[in-house]
Amino acid sequence: MKLDDRNSLKLLGTDRINNLDNANDRNSLKLLGNISSVESMGLADGPGIRYVVFLQGCQLRCQYCHNPETWNLDGGRETITPHDLIRRIERYKSYFGKSGGVTFSGGEPLLQPKFLLECLSLCREKGINTVLDTAGVGISPRDEIEKILSLCDLVILDIKAVREEDYKNLTGQPMSRFKNFLSICQEKGVKLWLRQVIVPGLNDNEENIKELAHFIKPLKNVERVELLPYKNLGEIKYKTLGIKYRLEGLENMDEEKCRCLETLLKELIEKI
Amino acid sequence: MEKNLECWKGFKGENWKENIDVSGFIDENYTEYTGDETFLKGKSEKTGKVWAKCEELLKEERKVHLLDVDLEHLSGIDNFPAGYIDKENEVVVGLQSDKPLKRIVNPFGGIRMVENALGAYGKKLDEGTINLFKQMVRKTHNDGVFDAYTPDIRRARSAGLITGLPDAYGRGRIIGDYRRVALYGIDRLIEEKKKDLLSDELLKVDSEEKIRLREEVSEQLRALEKIKSMASKYGYDISLPANNAHEAFQWTYFAYLASVKENNGAAMSLGRVSTFLDIYLERDLRGGVIDEESAQELVDQFIIKLRLVRHLRTPDYDEIFGGDPTWVTESIGGMLDDKRSLVTKNSFRFLHSLINLDSSPEPNLTVLWSTRLPENFKRFCAKISILTDSIQYESDDVMSPVYGHDYAIACCVSAMKVGKQMQFFGARCNLAKSLLYSINGGRDEVSGKLVVEGIEECKDEVLEFEDVKKRYFEVLDKVAKTYVDALNIIHFMHDKYAYEAGQMALHDTHVDRMMAFGMAGLSVATDSLSAIKYAKVKPIRNEEGLAVDFKVEGDFPKYGNDDDRVDSLAVELVEHFIKALEKNKLYRNAHHTLSALTITSNVMYGKKTGATPDGRVAGQAFAPGANPMHGRDACGALASLNSVAKIPYCGCCQDGVSNTFSIIPNSLGKDMESRQDNLVSMLDGYFTRGAQHLNVNVLDREKLIDAMNNPEKYPNLTIRVSGYAVNFNKLSRAHQEEVIARTFHEKL
Repeated sequence: MKLDDRNSLKLLGTDRINNLDNANDRNSLKLLGNISSVESMGLADGPGIRYVVFLQGCQLRCQYCHNPETWNLDGGRETITPHDLIRRIERYKSYFGKSGGVTFSGGEPLLQPKFLLECLSLCREKGINTVLDTAGVGISPRDEIEKILSLCDLVILDIKAVREEDYKNLTGQPMSRFKNFLSICQEKGVKLWLRQVIVPGLNDNEENIKELAHFIKPLKNVERVELLPYKNLGEIKYKTLGIKYRLEGLENMDEEKCRCLETLLKELIEKI
Repeated sequence: MEKNLECWKGFKGENWKENIDVSGFIDENYTEYTGDETFLKGKSEKTGKVWAKCEELLKEERKVHLLDVDLEHLSGIDNFPAGYIDKENEVVVGLQSDKPLKRIVNPFGGIRMVENALGAYGKKLDEGTINLFKQMVRKTHNDGVFDAYTPDIRRARSAGLITGLPDAYGRGRIIGDYRRVALYGIDRLIEEKKKDLLSDELLKVDSEEKIRLREEVSEQLRALEKIKSMASKYGYDISLPANNAHEAFQWTYFAYLASVKENNGAAMSLGRVSTFLDIYLERDLRGGVIDEESAQELVDQFIIKLRLVRHLRTPDYDEIFGGDPTWVTESIGGMLDDKRSLVTKNSFRFLHSLINLDSSPEPNLTVLWSTRLPENFKRFCAKISILTDSIQYESDDVMSPVYGHDYAIACCVSAMKVGKQMQFFGARCNLAKSLLYSINGGRDEVSGKLVVEGIEECKDEVLEFEDVKKRYFEVLDKVAKTYVDALNIIHFMHDKYAYEAGQMALHDTHVDRMMAFGMAGLSVATDSLSAIKYAKVKPIRNEEGLAVDFKVEGDFPKYGNDDDRVDSLAVELVEHFIKALEKNKLYRNAHHTLSALTITSNVMYGKKTGATPDGRVAGQAFAPGANPMHGRDACGALASLNSVAKIPYCGCCQDGVSNTFSIIPNSLGKDMESRQDNLVSMLDGYFTRGAQHLNVNVLDREKLIDAMNNPEKYPNLTIRVSGYAVNFNKLSRAHQEEVIARTFHEKL
């Protein structure tokens, strides 16, 4: 494209995009996603440079959650149609390179399955790489989960805990939906990155790492395993929201120790 | 000619031999390199010794700021005895004065400036020298300018509406084609200039312009002789072309050195020499005359010399251009055509000097980025950026359609065809203050004085967008006229009293001229307009009726979030301003160009500007260049980049759109590999959006705070500020605080 064309296109683009936005609003008024926030340059949630969409709503109440503002399904900063969201994401396509793309995170993205499905299918149409960052705790029947997974290039799955009672204690919910989600992932051959948040005094011990290794070992299609150190960044948000923070005063997880545990985990998975 | 042929042995092509055409020579003879960095060598023993001496001196200089100054000689190409750092280990020789870091006195811009600069360090010129200068030199550039300035200009200047003007110091931003001396030798260049002087066109003396040009070419001829004589003081005869790589580096450096002995322009940029010099290195490497280690040695020693360039500055000047910059900008990379890049091994060697000699703000290494550059080179650039924070990137894909493939960057972002175009540098005007004038009937919000006449006062309780915009554009039309008047006067006088004969001798006789206007406070003005349009803005007026503060009710979209509602206001604003400028005729038929670039003057401009409708308090620093205001870009780094990418370059901000970007290392990726990949993707993405410039810093805010409090721990901490890099410790506290207050993109 010649430079002049490009610049004039850019100028025209502003109005054109706005007009299209309006047209689409009229056509798909029914399906609206509830967005908590976006990060235009996410580099931690999947490969390459990623546009990260944080969907509103989560039924887990993890003790360490640093985004309590995303819990309420009716909260959120804005509502948007799948078309408009994808059009916005397309403005970042030039940054994605070979490996980047969009990541749907949350909250729990599986709590807005219809919206998610529509977004994923539009991304597939536009050739945008997709990652689903989830705890696997949604509300969909099996066939809907299968449809969603068929449109994800990668799933980042948060393993809150591997023992039933620990899971319940940490998240306030039973483990069944997570297990069900994981088994569908396995059947469908979905690529996985597995994660666990390591919290001082809670799960930063070798015993937990061993159990986690045993849990992960038999799983297929696992491309990466990561341990994320707990950070007490969320505390202030709880104060603003007037919710009690159960880990009040807890120090950040030592990053070096977390790295050592991650190395141990990887060794154990190899060895077993 | 026979001797020339011997020097040119092995070089292809005929046209460049007949005519002065360095670009043609490069095209026919350079060797593109698409491999990786594994061939690079560390610094040689000699380089190590020379650099160690320099480091001592630089350390001392950081303590006292001004290490030494030559009070015996006045600036000029051939006015100083030879000087060395460590003669036996210096591979490339030549210093501005007889000692490294000893500054020279240039009184031709204005004698008062010299007295102020020296006075700040308790030094002064000898009375006799001053008297002699005053007797010998009828007038300085500064005297001439103030004889001609209009009342409007004087008012705009003292109110801080138009400042930083080169009316008391050298205008700079002129790049001599220093390569010509190496390729052709001085004698051939003299021969060509003599031919020009006797050309039919210059013999038809029918206008002031022709007379002026005849006088200038004669000055250029004298300057060429002086360059030759200066080189001879170091034992080199540069009458003929360089015969090998060593001579090519030395000849090119002498040509550049002449320019910084003669002039003290704000930006004394180098041009685009690395790929040119690679041709000589390749020939010698092939011939077995040198090995890779000596090739790197030549580069490193050449770079050392460029790092030692200094000018004598006043404290006022330092407030605008913090950190003692010289803008020895070298442009690296870029594309020859759709397929071939101009990347050579020497592109790598120049960047590698930042590893061999540690990071450094100068020379201002500028990578001309194209998405089509070799992947290995892109990744190497990213790596050096991450390690040193010393590189800036500018889009070759945006600039080459305008400037061809042999252009270079002067100063920070100003592109020009090497040896064929020059710029009349014009500092900048304050867009945010102009907006306040439109609310205050042309009166200054700080002093209450009337600065812009004929603007009706706005008496509304709540500001009405269309009304304010109309007034604002009227103010800008008047400011544009005053601004053009000022630059026309300045450059007329500069040509008359402080002509850069040495640099212009290395240009074609008939050059194309651009006059570069600038803007400060783009994001503040834009967000203010957005606040007025989308929220409710009530001016708070003092007893004199001046709006000195604003009450903003409700939220409004802010520039830096890829939100067209506000970004389009920025676009409309710059498009109006360039059109307003274009209505006014320019001296010597120059073309109008415009930049969004502040250097570090965003701090000074902010200090002089009252509270603005966007919620910025009185005196608070502006964001630099075209950057979104600190902390207002809340949707992440790419949204911020996308907003800036919308400011149109071609035909509008064709002198550059500067953006300075800071990201914390862990946010860029887990390890070096992924950080390199991500930075490359980010640059590809940004420039694909049509953006022109990006400074990249990969560092933590905590590190800067620590460095501010414990400077001794970070002697070489280099950061990119706005179109250039500085040693962080050399910035004033106010500048340091502004840099720390900027948005650091991080993902928690």
